[in-house]
Parts: sequence; structure tokens; C-alpha cells
Amino acid sequence: MTERFWLPARILHWLMAVLVISMLFIGAGMVSTVSRTHEWLFAIHKPLGFTIFVLVIIRLIVRLVHKPPPLPADMPAWMRHAATLSHWLLYALMFFLPLLGWSTLSAAGYPIQLAPHVHLPPIAPHNLALYTFLRDAHGFGAYLLFFTYLAHLGAALFHHLVRKDGVLASMLFGKGA
Amino acid sequence: MAQNPEDPNSILGQLSRNKGAAALIAAVVGVVLLLFAWTGGWFGGRLGPGKIADALQVHDGLHEGFRRAHSKGYCFTGHFDGNGQGTRLSVANVFAQGQSSVIGRFSTGGGMPDSPDGRLVFRAIALSITAPNGEVWRTAMDSTAVFPVATPTAFMAFLQATSPGADGKPDPAKVGPYMAAHPETVAFINYLKEQPLASSFVNTRYYSINAFRFVGGDGQTRFVRWSLDPTATPEWMDKDNLAKMPRDFLFDDLVKRAATGPLTWDMSIQLAAPGDKTDDATVQWPEDRESVKVGRLTIDHLITEDEGPCRDINFDPLALPTGIKGSDDPLLAARSAVYSSSFRRRAAEGPHPSFAKEPHHD
Repeated sequence: MTERFWLPARILHWLMAVLVISMLFIGAGMVSTVSRTHEWLFAIHKPLGFTIFVLVIIRLIVRLVHKPPPLPADMPAWMRHAATLSHWLLYALMFFLPLLGWSTLSAAGYPIQLAPHVHLPPIAPHNLALYTFLRDAHGFGAYLLFFTYLAHLGAALFHHLVRKDGVLASMLFGKGA
Repeated sequence: MAQNPEDPNSILGQLSRNKGAAALIAAVVGVVLLLFAWTGGWFGGRLGPGKIADALQVHDGLHEGFRRAHSKGYCFTGHFDGNGQGTRLSVANVFAQGQSSVIGRFSTGGGMPDSPDGRLVFRAIALSITAPNGEVWRTAMDSTAVFPVATPTAFMAFLQATSPGADGKPDPAKVGPYMAAHPETVAFINYLKEQPLASSFVNTRYYSINAFRFVGGDGQTRFVRWSLDPTATPEWMDKDNLAKMPRDFLFDDLVKRAATGPLTWDMSIQLAAPGDKTDDATVQWPEDRESVKVGRLTIDHLITEDEGPCRDINFDPLALPTGIKGSDDPLLAARSAVYSSSFRRRAAEGPHPSFAKEPHHD
């Protein structure tokens, strides 16, 4: 029986997996079209980004107060380093991308209306040179997050199908594994 | 070496011994990548905002640092005073009795920032209204009640058909078939010919063009269009004289008139009746539809774009406060997406000096 992640960590992992992957597709889709899809995707993008930001803060606290199970002892050193590095890269991107999005809208001078009667204050000065930098960083960071996620997905399947070392199972629910 | 396929403990070594698993992993990762690429419009020929921005740049030339449309403009500041009549129609705070602050911009049509003001017969006003509760309403309005096309696809076709050829003029071999396929554009051109042309920015009426939805306190949603009706005395000008007018005659006149006192417009909300088209900006609603006067726009100060607060604002027509929503008009999302694309491009290019200057500095 593999040692599993703490239950709150597992719940947050899968909840955020759904939200973050949806967010990546929403972001890529909304800038690709002039159809009405653009309108409703952008309307989801802002409050969803804020939700992810709140969840990632909770998740970082969970991660810091509760040590995750150790990686299998027979994993080569470089693979452990890659795992650790990519996990912290994922945390960092999930934390900074919403902040970058919020500051991008601020620097562009856009009103930031999340929902009826809910709007956020700007967190950066209205400045177009700054906007250009932040907008590029937001887009670059999102691509980096997508490709890190792809590597994460491939690695999880590799652990499960090839190494059969219980790493994927440590993040699952239910009996067995 | 971890990546050496000869090493049985390397990833490649392990994968080569588990070809089925390797194929499954590659397939899953590949499908996700493919879906993402399709979503992002990397293939599939979707009409994206960049393509329309590109077409605008072909149509009027690339003028770095300027808006891709309505490039020549002038900033103003002022206020909007809601009279309370609009609260019945929309919960937007701007319609309550009270004052909202306004940053705005007058512009002539087209994407040439150095064009003579008489080149085209349409003009525009854009507003960014900040209500007392902090919510912002942006609207970019034109001096025409209707638009030449109803969809982004038709707009793209319009730009491509009317872009200048090698001789600097649109190619009749392209314009002809376009007009034959788009009677709404022909109707727009006839509308422009029939409409009298106001002599100034100040006595021009401006229209929201697209339909929007107002959400009232009763929860009811109504389709509306809005307009700014000038309080200045109407005066008309002879369209045949446009070509002879000085390059900046409209902006010079604007600055002169503003120096004599505040400029004002009344805002009217026109309500759609059942059956009125809400998804087609080429069709006007009948003049006798119920109309409600909701407040007055006052312009106190005019400032050049170089010095003023409007240049760095994207007047996105979907930047709307609580109580106002977009409609089913497909142009709205397209305007929002293309304005953003234009905004991102000109922000990256950096600001360039505006051609519309204070007259005495010329």
C-alpha cells in the first residue's frame, strides 16, 4: 500500500487540475477568435483566475504544513531533481499567473469587473510600457505552465505504466493501489 | 547517461522495453497538445483579432503607435450627470441621480493619423465613465446610426475588397463583387449620402451602433441602443466642400468652441420593441421607439492626445458596469477582441506624437 498525499492535498490537486487546465484552454481560445466565444471566455477567465489564485494560496499552506510522501527510493537522482523542480515551477506559475493577469489589466487601465457588483482595484500603475511587459510575461508564463503540465502528465503516466512505482496512486482516492 | 537508450535504467531504455505504454503516453500527451493547438487557433483558419488588425493595417497603412482605426483624435475630460430616469431600465450606478467622471476622445474615421479631417464623413466619440461606486462604462460611438457590415467576417471581406491596390485606389474588380454580395454596405453608403453632415464635432449626434442589454432593478432585461444628442444648435456643411477644408478643420473648430464654455450632449436610451433586430448593426430601429433621456454629458477640458489621459485607454465596448451587458450582436465581441489586439500592438510600439495639435501651436 503506497503512502498517499494528505487528503486535502489530493482534493486541491484534482480540483485545481480541472480549473487550471480549463483556464489554459480558455486563455488560448479567447485570444484566438473574434466570435462571441471571445466575450464569454474572457468573462470566465477573470473570476476563474481569481479563484485559482485563492486556491493556490491555500494549497501552498497545505504543502508547507504537511510533508508529501517521499518519492520512491530507487528513482535516479536527476529524476528526483526534475520532479522537485517541476513541482515548484507549477506552484510558482499557478501563483504568479493570476497576479500577472491582474497587473496586466491594471497597467492597461482596464476596469477589472469580476462579476456583477464585484470589481477589483488596480495593483499596477496605468502605463503602456509596463502593460507590454506584463502582457508578454502573462502569455509566456501561460505557455510555460502548459508545457510543464504536459511534462507532468507524461511523467505521471510514466510512473504508473512503466515504473509501476505507486507515484500516481499516491495522488488518487479509493481503495487499492 | 540517463537519456541513453542503451542504458536499461534510462527513460528511453525503459520505454523501449514497454512499447505499448510508450505509445499510450505519447498518444495522451499528443492529443492534449493537439487540442490546445486547435483551441489557440494554431490551425483551422479561424478568424482571429490579429487578422482583422492586419487587414486594417493593409487598408490604411501601418502607423506605429496609433490605433488601427480612428487614429486621429483629441482627448477631453468632463462629467456625466445622471438624472435618475435610467434607474428604471438599468441598475448601473451611472444612471442614479449624481455625477460620474468622464475621460473621452473625439476622433475622425479611418486608420490614418495624419489624414485631413475631410477625408471621411464619419466621426466618433469615445467615453470612459467612472460612476460614483467605482464601476467603469466604456463606449465608442459613431456619428452614423448604423455600421456598413453586420458580422466580423463581412468586415474582413469589406477591408480586403476596399484596400488600395498598386495605384493607391481600391480595385473595382474586387469592390464590385463585394458590393453585389453585401447590399447592407450599399445601403450604408446611400445612408451616408442622404444624411446631412454636421459642421462640427460639437453639434454631431453620436450613436452606440450596436444593441446592448440593460438589466433593471426588477430583474428584467431590455435590449437598448443609446445616443448622445447635441445641445448645440445644428448646423450642416456642404459635403462637396470637404476636400477644400484645412487639414485639421474639425479639431481646430472643436478647440475653439470648447474655449467658449462647456460642451454638452443629452444621453438617450432607445428601447427595442419585440421583433426589432438586436444582432444586426446595419439595421436602425424605428425613430418612434420609446426613448428615455437619462442624463447629460458635459465636456469641460480638451487636451491633445500627447498630453491628455485618453491615448492610453482602450475604449473596449464590452468594458461594461453591472446593469449593462452585451447583446447578441456579433460585432461587439469582434470590436472588443480587435481593439485589444490594436491596443497591444500600439502599446508595444510606443506612443508617437499626435497630428491633431492645439491650433495656435501649428
